Amino acid sequence: MKSKAAAFPYLVWMLIFILVPLGLVAYYAVTTPDGTFTIDYISQVGEYTPVLVRSVWLAFLATVICLVIAYPLAFIISRHSGAGQRTMVMLIMLPMWMNFLLRTYAWMTILEKNGLINRFFAHFGLGPFEMINTQGAVVLGMIYNYLPFMILPLYSIMTKIPNSVIEAAQDLGANARKVLTKVLIPMTVPGISTGVIMVFVPSVSTFIISRMLGGGGNLLIGDLIDLQFLGNAYNPNLGAAISLVLMVLILLAMSITNQFGDDEKGDLLK
Amino acid sequence: MMKKRFLSLALAAALLLALPLPALAEVEVSDPAYYERFRGKNVSINVHNWGEYISDGSDEGMDVISEFEALTGIKVNYTTFATNEELYARLKSGGANYDVVIPSDYAIARMIHEGMLEELDFDNIPNLKNISESFLDPIYDPGGKYSVPYTWGTVGVIYNTQMVDEEDLGSWDLLWNEKYLGEILMFSNPRDAFAIALKRLGYSMNPTREEELRDATDSLKDQKLLVQAYVMDEIFDKMLGGEAAIAPYYAGDAITMMADNPDLSYFVPEEGTNRFVDAAVIPVGAKNKEAAEMFINFLLEPEVGAANAEYIGYSSPNDAALELMDPEVTGDPIAYPPDGVIEKTEFFIELSPEMSLAMDKMWTEVLSSDEAYSKWLIPIMMLVAVAASVSINLLRSWRKRRDREYADRPVKKG
Repeated sequence: MKSKAAAFPYLVWMLIFILVPLGLVAYYAVTTPDGTFTIDYISQVGEYTPVLVRSVWLAFLATVICLVIAYPLAFIISRHSGAGQRTMVMLIMLPMWMNFLLRTYAWMTILEKNGLINRFFAHFGLGPFEMINTQGAVVLGMIYNYLPFMILPLYSIMTKIPNSVIEAAQDLGANARKVLTKVLIPMTVPGISTGVIMVFVPSVSTFIISRMLGGGGNLLIGDLIDLQFLGNAYNPNLGAAISLVLMVLILLAMSITNQFGDDEKGDLLK
Repeated sequence: MMKKRFLSLALAAALLLALPLPALAEVEVSDPAYYERFRGKNVSINVHNWGEYISDGSDEGMDVISEFEALTGIKVNYTTFATNEELYARLKSGGANYDVVIPSDYAIARMIHEGMLEELDFDNIPNLKNISESFLDPIYDPGGKYSVPYTWGTVGVIYNTQMVDEEDLGSWDLLWNEKYLGEILMFSNPRDAFAIALKRLGYSMNPTREEELRDATDSLKDQKLLVQAYVMDEIFDKMLGGEAAIAPYYAGDAITMMADNPDLSYFVPEEGTNRFVDAAVIPVGAKNKEAAEMFINFLLEPEVGAANAEYIGYSSPNDAALELMDPEVTGDPIAYPPDGVIEKTEFFIELSPEMSLAMDKMWTEVLSSDEAYSKWLIPIMMLVAVAASVSINLLRSWRKRRDREYADRPVKKG
């Protein structure tokens, strides 16, 4: 009973600030401005398929690259002693102390035609390379901004794996590849799935990164939602419908990764 | 209209609370007795304006808000917005209460149309006499019943003289010139971008037929191949740093940029351009309409109008203020273009809801035109995701059953 009472403030909070707004989004998505029921807005979302596909694809790329970068890094950090670990985790957190917009803005000055990288290469007579205003720059912005969200869950689960487990596997004749695929990866699946969600979800719905680094020509689903509310037509119903479709997609992605997580945890971490 | 920098918008605190220190009232006003009406009555008004759009006392200018508070005893809560659309959404959702807001022409037209504005009582705004006659019956507010003009300006093309050849200038075609592939910036808001494309094709900036929009869309798609980026406030950085050669922008901001980079120059295309007015209005539901009118009247005082025009850099509709200003500023053909240019300008008016929707849709089409997918892709993707999810579940339960069988098998004794 006691624990229930303690959870009460959060339940109220959840009801007012999560469930009610979600209900409103769903309500707006299926009604016209006069309040009659319609599914027109939801079917209209289909017209924006290229934008949706591009968002999902770029977010997917960013997630995979984050995972590839973060996994070895998290492992290396987790094998260090106390002070070294703390310093490295601190270094990863450090960029997050700065404002998100500033960090993205800084990338503009680095990638621009007259930016730092191109000026450096110009000394050797190379370039200029076209880096900003491309999809690559958008993915880079996502990776840079969301990489810590991949590293931290991986790191926290890897610190729980004692060295003796890895040594035992090696004693029993497993080579490096086998240790990775049969021991390390299965044991870190919950961290992987958390990290994947934490990177994929904000990446797929971002709008400021694509605007600043993608030059506005690489419209993402977040930009599209923004355009419905702050564009010239003011169409909150369509905006809500797009948000709803996006939420369903994210929900699916999450349930898939969660299932991986539960499955393996049940087998190995008990 | 002033699209202020995104960064400052995001970073700066929205609230710019006026200093409580009593600044000495130095402004010479036409009728001091009029301003005494609310003294000591503890009245406050909420003013909502564009970012960096009022003289705030920096650079030895006048601190307009403090002066008003000192003069009248009315407390001003001053907040800012970044786009007309943001302001509209804020007023429409009804979450906020403002006494004075300063939107642009087409937004005012829309608000009048939707009954969101109060008619002004011009007995309380005697300084209207300072406003140039040409602004008194604007197309966005026929009869001038709801709005009082604050600033105005035109849209033109700002370019880098080091990168652009003289003979290519003069027309909107410059923004479609293949010679400058990757050097062109374009507006990232649909209304301004479509206005340029429409004007270039010889249509009105206020389209009434979908075919006009269709033509403009095709032409914007052609242009997309040449465009480096679709931006608003980033134009400042990119043009000042020589990152791009050509960009359309507002005259007042062009003057600011040219002062910082002498390589930049500006022209108004011969096809004609957009002329905009930002005007003060009182939204329905204002708590202190009379005090709000007093504030608007104060903005029209010659000294105040001059201070604001000098600080903002946009053109002033206030004839009395212009007389007080530096003739070098008021004689600048960029800020105060000759009649020949003005004649060819066009105001934005409210588009019909169908046109607005079509414009947003086609703008999305322009921005995502490089790829085409089958309309079935999303449904199929969702089906695949569901199938994957189900099969993972099945696999798991199958594996669990197998494991249980292993566990239940009796151990043979040897």
